[in-house]
Amino acid sequence: MRYDYHTRYRHGFALLRHRSDWIAYGLLALVLLAIPLFASTYLVGELGYVLILCVASMGLMVLTGFTGQVSLGHASFVAIGAYAHAWLMAQGVPFALSMPLAGLIAAAAGLVVGIPAIRVSGLYLAMVTLAFAIVVEQIIGMWRGVTGGFMGMLVETPRLMGYSLGAPRVFYYVCLFVAALVLLALANLMRSGIGRAFTGVRDSEAAAFSLGIEVNRVKIYAFGLSAGITGLAGALMAHHIGYLTPDAFTLLLSLDLVLMVVIGGIGSLRGAILGAVLISLLPNAVSALKALLPESVARQSGLEIFVAGLVLALFVLFEPTGLNGRWLKLRLLVETFPLYRRDTFRRQKAYMKSERNR
Amino acid sequence: MTARDTLLELDQVALHFGGLAAISDLSMTVHPGEVLAVIGPNGAGKTSMLNLVTRVFDATRGRILFKGQDIAALPRARIAHLGIARTFQNIELFDAASVLDNLLLGRHRFGAGAWWQQVLRTSALTRAEEAHREKVEEIIEFLELSAWRNARVAGLPYGVRKIVELGRALCSEPDVLFLDEPASGLNPEETRDLAFWIDDIRSDLGITVVMIEHDMALVGAVADRVICMAQGRVLAQGTAAQVQAHPDVIAAYLGT
Amino acid sequence: MNTGLEILAQVTVNGIAVGAIYALVAMGIVLIHKATEVLNFAHGDLLVLSAFSAWALIHHAGLPFWLVLPLVGLGIGALAYGLDAVVVRRIAGQPQFAGVMLTIALAFMIRGAVSMGFGTESQSYDTPWSGQTTDLLGVAVADLSLVIMGVVLLIAAGLWLFFGKTRLGVAMQAASQNQLAAHLNGVSVKRLNSLVWALAGVTAAIAGIFLAPLSLVDTSLWLITLKALAAIVLGGFGSLPGAVIGGLLIGLIEQYAGVYLPDGSRDIAPYVVLIVVLILRPRGILGEAHGRRV
Repeated sequence: MRYDYHTRYRHGFALLRHRSDWIAYGLLALVLLAIPLFASTYLVGELGYVLILCVASMGLMVLTGFTGQVSLGHASFVAIGAYAHAWLMAQGVPFALSMPLAGLIAAAAGLVVGIPAIRVSGLYLAMVTLAFAIVVEQIIGMWRGVTGGFMGMLVETPRLMGYSLGAPRVFYYVCLFVAALVLLALANLMRSGIGRAFTGVRDSEAAAFSLGIEVNRVKIYAFGLSAGITGLAGALMAHHIGYLTPDAFTLLLSLDLVLMVVIGGIGSLRGAILGAVLISLLPNAVSALKALLPESVARQSGLEIFVAGLVLALFVLFEPTGLNGRWLKLRLLVETFPLYRRDTFRRQKAYMKSERNR
Repeated sequence: MTARDTLLELDQVALHFGGLAAISDLSMTVHPGEVLAVIGPNGAGKTSMLNLVTRVFDATRGRILFKGQDIAALPRARIAHLGIARTFQNIELFDAASVLDNLLLGRHRFGAGAWWQQVLRTSALTRAEEAHREKVEEIIEFLELSAWRNARVAGLPYGVRKIVELGRALCSEPDVLFLDEPASGLNPEETRDLAFWIDDIRSDLGITVVMIEHDMALVGAVADRVICMAQGRVLAQGTAAQVQAHPDVIAAYLGT
Repeated sequence: MNTGLEILAQVTVNGIAVGAIYALVAMGIVLIHKATEVLNFAHGDLLVLSAFSAWALIHHAGLPFWLVLPLVGLGIGALAYGLDAVVVRRIAGQPQFAGVMLTIALAFMIRGAVSMGFGTESQSYDTPWSGQTTDLLGVAVADLSLVIMGVVLLIAAGLWLFFGKTRLGVAMQAASQNQLAAHLNGVSVKRLNSLVWALAGVTAAIAGIFLAPLSLVDTSLWLITLKALAAIVLGGFGSLPGAVIGGLLIGLIEQYAGVYLPDGSRDIAPYVVLIVVLILRPRGILGEAHGRRV
C-alpha cells in the first residue's frame, strides 16, 4: 500500500506523485515511441487514428466531462477543423501554421455555438448542438467553392521543412506528438484555476456565481476550448482520411465521441483516452469475433452497431463511472490487497430527481 | 450612529414576482464587526433578502449599498469580488469534486494566473497555488476538516457538508458572510461547535456575520443583534431577548 | 395553370401531412419524457422495427394490412413495455444524461438487430390507399396522407381523453408530476412507467407502419427521431399540444423551404429555426420558464 507523505504542497498536486507512476508512464511512452519500429504499416496507421480520436475525445471531455454541457454535435468541429486545415494548405499555408490556425477557426465556431449555452442547458443545449452539426454538414455539402461539396476535396501531403510527413510511420509520430501535447496542456489546465472553475460550473451554477465565477463566460470559453481541440483532431483526421467528403462527419461520429466520453468516464482525461481506445478498437474486435460466429450471423452488417450499443448499455447500467472508474477500483484493489472492501464504491440508493427546474 | 458604522445597507428595497411581493419595503443595516441574526416565520422574505444582496434576483425597487456603493445592478459574479460570501439553505457544493477543490474554488476571486501560465504550469503559478493551498489549510485546521481533505463531497455526511460549505465561503476571505440556516439539519453537538466557530469568525477572522436562523438557542448564544422579518419587512430589531418579547413578533409567529 | 396560390395550398397541405407524422412521433417521445424524464432516442428505431415487421408480415406471411396493424402495434407495445421493465427502469434516479445514453445504446442495438434480422436492403409494401388521390378544394392530396392526418388526429384526441378522463390516465399524470408522492398514494409508479412506454411503443408502431409506404422501409427512417426532437424542443418539452404544434411547424417549414428557398435549404431550415427559437425563447414556444431555487 502507498501512503501520501508530502513535505511540500507542490508534491501533493504534481501530475506524477509516486516513483511507480514515473516508471509506468515512462514505459508507456517508450512503447508508444517504439511501436512504428516493429509493427505493420496497417497497424501503425490504425494506431495513429486511435491517437487522433483520443485528441477529439479529450476535446469533448473538456466540455461534457468537466463543464457538464452535453454536445451531440461535436463532429461539426472535427469537420470544421479538417476542412479549414485542408483549405488553408491548399492556399499554400505551411502545415505547421495551418494546424493551429485550423484549431483556432474551430474554436471560433465553438465560441459562437457556446453563446446559446448561456441561455439553454441540458437537453435543450444537446438539441442546439445537434441542430448545429446537421446544419454544418449540409453547408459543407453546398459550399462547393471551398469544400468541394459532396464531390469531396483532396488533402495535400503534410510537409515540414521540406520533409514529407505523409507516410503512416511518420504521421504516427505527428499524431503522438499532438496527442501528448494536448494531454499535458489539458492536464495542467484542469488542475489549475480554469479547470476548477469548469467543474464549479458543472456541479453548481448558484455556488459558482456566489464565488465570483463568471459562469456565462466560463461556459463559452469551455465551448471554445473544446471545439478548438476537437478541430485540431479534425486537422489530423484530414490527413488520415486523405480525401474529405461531408459524410465522414455525420451524426454517427458525434455519437461515437459521446460514447467515448461516457464509456471512458465523465470528468477524467484518462477516461477520455481509455474510451477513445475502446471505441476505436471495437470494430476490429467485432471482425475478430465474426470469425468465431456461424457464417449466417457473421455475414450480417448490423453486428458492429449492435455490439457498440450493447457495450454502451452495459456501461451505463453497471459502471456509470466508466472505464476510468473501473481502473481506479482495480488499482485500489491491487494496492490495498487483501484489505479491499467491495463496499468502498457502493452507490447509495437513488430516487428520481427531477431536472425539469434546472 | 455615523455613516462609517454601516457596512451594508438596504434602503426601501422591494422584490416582486409578478403580482406577488416577496419583499415589500425592507430597510435594514449591517454594522461592521457584528453578528446579526435574521429571524422570522417561513415566507417572511429572509432568503429573498439574501438573494437580493447576492444578486440572484433583481430588486424591483430600492438601493442596496455595500461600503457606500450601490450594488443593486452589478453582475451576479461581481458580488464575491467585493467581499460578500454566502452559504445556501440546501447546500450548494461541487459534489463531484474533493473537499480540497471545493475550498480552493473559494479562492477563485484572488485569481489563479493567466491561462498560458496554467497551461504551462509555470513556477510562478505553482507558487501561487501553494499560497492558495496554505490559506485553505488554515481554514481546514480552523474548521477541523482535515480528516475529509481528499474525500469527495458527494459521499460526506450532511453535517460535514454544511461545514465544508462554510469553509468554502471563508476561503474567499469576505468582509461579510451570509449564512442561510447554518444549523438546520445539524445535531446539538454540531450546532454547539457552530456557535463557537461563528464567534471565532467574527472575533478572530474579523468577518461580519449575517445569519438567517430558526434555532433561537443558537441566535441567543452568538447574535449581537436580531432582526425579525415578516411579510417582506422588518418587524422588530434589538437584542435577542428584546425581539423575542416584542408583541408583534409573538403575533407573527402565532399567525394572527 | 398552376398559380402561386395553388402552389402555396399544395405545399401547405404537404407540410401538414408530413408534420402530422412528426407530431405523432414527437407525441410518443413526449409521453415517455413526461412520465419518466427519459428522452427516448430509440423511438425512431422502434419505428424502423415496426416498418420492417409490417413488411415481413405482409410479404412473407401474406397477412392483410388490417391484421398487420394491430399485430405490430401490440408487438411493439409489448417490446417497449419490456424495454422499460427490464432495462430502462434500472437507471431511475440517475442524471438525464444517463437516460439519453442508455436509449442511444438501445437504438444502436435495435438498429443492428433489424439489419441482422431483415437485411439492409430497402423494402416497400402497399396499403389500401396507395396510389390514390383525392381532390380537396383544387389541391390533389394522396389518400394515404389524408388517412395519416386522420389517424394522428384520432390518436391525439384519444390521448387527450385518456389523460383527462380515465383513472389510469390521471394516475399517469400524477406520477409524472411527483413520482414519490404518487408512489405514497398507492400508485404503482414502476408499472405505470412501463405502461407509458408500451403506449408510446404503440404510437411508434402506427407511425412506422403508415410512414414506411410514403418513403421506403429502410433503417434510415430512424432519422425521423431528429425531426421529432426538433418538434418537441420547438413546442417546449413535456407538453403534448406543444409536440403537435412543433411537429406541424417543422413539417411546414421544411416544405416551404424546399419550394421557396435555394436548393438544400430544405434539410437545414427546420434546424436553423430551432436554433433561433431556442436563443430567443430558451424553453420553446409553449414552454414555461422556471428558475432554480437556492
